[in-house]
Amino acid sequence: MHSLEHKARQDKKGIRARLQAFAGPIPLIGWLFGLLGAALAEYFLGDIISYYLGLPKIPVLFGFLTVLKKPLLIPGTIGYLILVYVLPVLIIVKSLQKPANRLAGFLDKRPVTIAALVHLGLFYGALHLWADMSDYRLLVLKLTMIAIMLTLSINVINGYMGEFSCSHPGFMALGAYTASTITLLLFADDKQFGDALLSQALGPYFFPLALIAGGIAAALGALVIAIPSFRTRGDYLAIISLAFLFIVKSLIENLEFVGGPRGMSSQPHYSTLPMVFSVMVLCIWIINNFVRSTMGKALNAVRDNELAAEAMTVNTRKTKIITFMFGAFWAGVAGGLFAHVLRYVNPGSFGIQRLAEILAMVYFGGLNSVTGSIVGAVSINILGEALRPLEIYKWIIIPLLLILVMLYRPTGLIAFTEFKPKELMKPRKNMVEED
Amino acid sequence: MTLLRVDNMTHYFGGLRAVHNYSLVLEPGHIVGLIGPNGAGKTTIFNLISGIHTPSRGNIELDGNNLIGHHPHEIAAMGLGRTFQNLLLWRHMTVLEHVKMACYSQLEYGIWGAFFGSRKCHREEQRITAKAMHLLETFDVDRFSNQLAVSLPYGAQRRVEMARAMATNPKVLFLDEPTAGMTPDELNRMIAIIRKIHADFEVAIFLIEHRLKFVMELCERIQTLVFGEVIAEGTPEQIKNNPQVIEAYLGKEDIH
Repeated sequence: MHSLEHKARQDKKGIRARLQAFAGPIPLIGWLFGLLGAALAEYFLGDIISYYLGLPKIPVLFGFLTVLKKPLLIPGTIGYLILVYVLPVLIIVKSLQKPANRLAGFLDKRPVTIAALVHLGLFYGALHLWADMSDYRLLVLKLTMIAIMLTLSINVINGYMGEFSCSHPGFMALGAYTASTITLLLFADDKQFGDALLSQALGPYFFPLALIAGGIAAALGALVIAIPSFRTRGDYLAIISLAFLFIVKSLIENLEFVGGPRGMSSQPHYSTLPMVFSVMVLCIWIINNFVRSTMGKALNAVRDNELAAEAMTVNTRKTKIITFMFGAFWAGVAGGLFAHVLRYVNPGSFGIQRLAEILAMVYFGGLNSVTGSIVGAVSINILGEALRPLEIYKWIIIPLLLILVMLYRPTGLIAFTEFKPKELMKPRKNMVEED
Repeated sequence: MTLLRVDNMTHYFGGLRAVHNYSLVLEPGHIVGLIGPNGAGKTTIFNLISGIHTPSRGNIELDGNNLIGHHPHEIAAMGLGRTFQNLLLWRHMTVLEHVKMACYSQLEYGIWGAFFGSRKCHREEQRITAKAMHLLETFDVDRFSNQLAVSLPYGAQRRVEMARAMATNPKVLFLDEPTAGMTPDELNRMIAIIRKIHADFEVAIFLIEHRLKFVMELCERIQTLVFGEVIAEGTPEQIKNNPQVIEAYLGKEDIH
């Protein structure tokens, strides 16, 4: 009995070791080529393959929607996933292993910016092709990227700084309404503000400025909360920020010039995929720079022991206020993008429900970790979409999952790690030694 | 010139008089000890001077600058480094990060440099990393540099805390019971370390201690505090033979 168990354990280890042996020598850029290959395969062959597998159309979100509606299509969907995603990726990463490593080695000697741009370009290409297949995919992808920004920015406050802020949807609303007001007033003919004041051709170029204005509005809102609540430590921030959330919501509901409870619609179509993608990358890059610098590590010092931080020359009050405004800024920018993705905002979308969603993503993914935020936002978002056919049961499965994570990993899936892009893009070691 | 001067400092916590008419003169390069029974107000004096509490009355000057009303981080940046009685280390930070953190006020890049990873930011980070590694070597904890500080053995944690305090470039170092909970071996090692920083960094030291052996060996001058008041001040010899001290301090030990 014991020896059997032992053997089983060894086999398990064997599988893991084999996986390690397979994936170990493949650099990141190899995987990106694989993704691009899979996206191309779907782009050109997706329709034919799904036709021969008896599927009504290509599975939009990895087949979850199809399978949950019609369980009979399970074998066909799995076949599709293997043929279109798994096989191309595996074949490409393995056959391109050597050249990919050589390319990674070449990029490693260049400045980080160039290497990062090449990687991001490849990744964007794959995403673009994948999202091109259906409007629904495109929408889910954009909303996921916005969720990543929201999760990361609240992680700076709730994770890195260890305060508990509840006002993220409020910051998002401030950003969304500020950016929408600017674009509607200046660049769109709509019923709220009348004709466009400037040429509509200028719009896309001014959009980043509108986003920044949204972010600044949110940061100013944050300052209003920060001044009274950071005088002392404790639960004050949680309470004040929750109150702020309600104040912002009812303020917008009662402001007639932004549409009151009806909201604002027909924002110009500025939140394109490249736009959302670049803003998200910028957000990740800036936040990651900040939290890895000693100035950003001061957040951890403030969280772990404020007294010691003060005694070690850290201006804790300034650190807390600036960080809170910084997190709010990115929530505002994300809100601006959000308004222009849906091209409609109303106060109802920035309530407690949204707060619960954001908190779920950050605590699921992991506190104090950029990677964790990305993982949390992507998984909760995709899961939320994928389980949509289950309707009400969706709200049983996702919270259950959260409870499980909290039980087994109280700080989240990938907590307390550092995100090091340079390490990530390096050629893999064992490959270099062979050469 | 006097480095640190405290004149007639008094402090009340509500109706409780914690410190009464306390005065201190610390010359550059001197080591002064503060002893006294539990609850005498020794740590309160540390907290008052380092700005955690503001004294109800009295005056504090460091190197000619008035400290009253300044925030603790400003006082620390002016040149007052300190350690804590119960080791206030940061739970999720490595040893190297601890020491780098204490260089916060010396960083020359601003918040925008940190956001955009400017060249200056990278240069400064490298500079303070080198400085921190040097300090870690001095305190013989460099081999732990990438471990979490809280996972180290107790003696090493104490040394990390001292390395961290030294990274603020102090002119005066406050040590709050540096040997609390240490074995006799570790105690002797701590004496050697304090002698070494005193000699290498030319820093004045003001320390709270319970163990008389330690104070007698290190300090040039000793103050004895009882119920917030200094009852005796002098050289170790004078203190050792002062009947009031024996009654208040050593006498109390006997009751235990």
